[in-house]
Amino acid sequence: MKTLTVSVVTPSGPVLEDEYEMVVARAESGEIGILANHIPLVAPLSIAAVRLVRGNEEMKLAVNGGVMEVSSNKVTILAQSAEKPEDIDVERARRAKERAERRLQSNEEHIDRLRAELALQRALNRLNVANR
Amino acid sequence: MASLRDIKARIESTKKTKQITSAMHLVSASKMNKAEQNARGYVPYSEKIQEVVSHIANSNPDVSHPMLEKREVKKTGYLIITSDRGLVGAYNSHVLKLLQDTIEKRHKSQDEYTVIVMGRKGYDYCRRRELPVSNSILGIADHPHFADIKAIAQSTIQMYADEEIDELYIIYNHYVSAISQVPTMKKLLPIENLDGHKAMHSDYEYEPSQEEILKVLLPQYAESLIYGALLDGKASEHAASMTAMRNATDNAEELIDTLTLSYNRARQGQITQQITEIVSGAAALE
Repeated sequence: MKTLTVSVVTPSGPVLEDEYEMVVARAESGEIGILANHIPLVAPLSIAAVRLVRGNEEMKLAVNGGVMEVSSNKVTILAQSAEKPEDIDVERARRAKERAERRLQSNEEHIDRLRAELALQRALNRLNVANR
Repeated sequence: MASLRDIKARIESTKKTKQITSAMHLVSASKMNKAEQNARGYVPYSEKIQEVVSHIANSNPDVSHPMLEKREVKKTGYLIITSDRGLVGAYNSHVLKLLQDTIEKRHKSQDEYTVIVMGRKGYDYCRRRELPVSNSILGIADHPHFADIKAIAQSTIQMYADEEIDELYIIYNHYVSAISQVPTMKKLLPIENLDGHKAMHSDYEYEPSQEEILKVLLPQYAESLIYGALLDGKASEHAASMTAMRNATDNAEELIDTLTLSYNRARQGQITQQITEIVSGAAALE
């Protein structure tokens, strides 16, 4: 099967660059699957796992938002952070999740709800990807 | 002339100082390598994001976003990147001088500009000169993560979005090589100079729409520029500190040499004097 080159780049350096047959990402308007020869596309991503498929293998990446660009069989994902399952600090993500949940439940005025919600999403995304 | 003991004490203390500065030199050298690596690791991200932004901005002339549009300038923001500690030679003074010169040249009153500061040295300077500081972050790590400065980058960009400031400049030391760092001022907002990358595919499909994508992408782009400048600045900081410490070590060595010379001379003089005294004493007895 034809493949596409996928590169995931973050401010701390490239995370991954490899050939895959299919990329499935959650854009803000819904899930998008990208196969080889997809037309050029730009889409913002939501905080979710990006699935990379090759043969029977499937790999997940925890991507925190960012933008996906597809052009001439190259998929570039630009995100502020992106992690492979083995690089995720599960303990830290769990703590972040608890902290965010506590914040959201406390119902106090001065808490930035949006920020807490985003933190919760990031933590859940990481945990989800780490557990496969 | 200083006594033998005084000179000896000075030699000892200079030796100690030399030990410290040469250790700091080595530390800075290794930090600089790491910082240089960080700055290099960041390049792919910044190139990519710039490519995507310019694709969108150039492929469609109707596309508009406040960050791309010039507006009348009532207030200018300056973001300066300085270090938290001294012992970095002229690193901070270069940046601060550039800031001061620019302000003097362009502005008549303090209402026309505001300063956003990264690093204690810059903060102290602005406090002393009573410059208007609207935001600051102190104690940035030697190898900063994006998350460390995200808050200040976001709030700075928000200031622009809220029209609190109408343009934003960033002033930092650009890292050229281990021995050369150039103070640089760049215009960050509104975003300009995107023409360099010509649109290769003008027929992109945008999901959901170009405006939506620019809304996500441009703040991320601006944040990434700030982070890039910070990494660049950090590499310069360690390079400057390395050079300063090497100079200090060299100076200490020179000082030790001079002091050793005068120590030996004084010792020689003392011996000669003692011999003279003994000889004249013996002559007096005869």
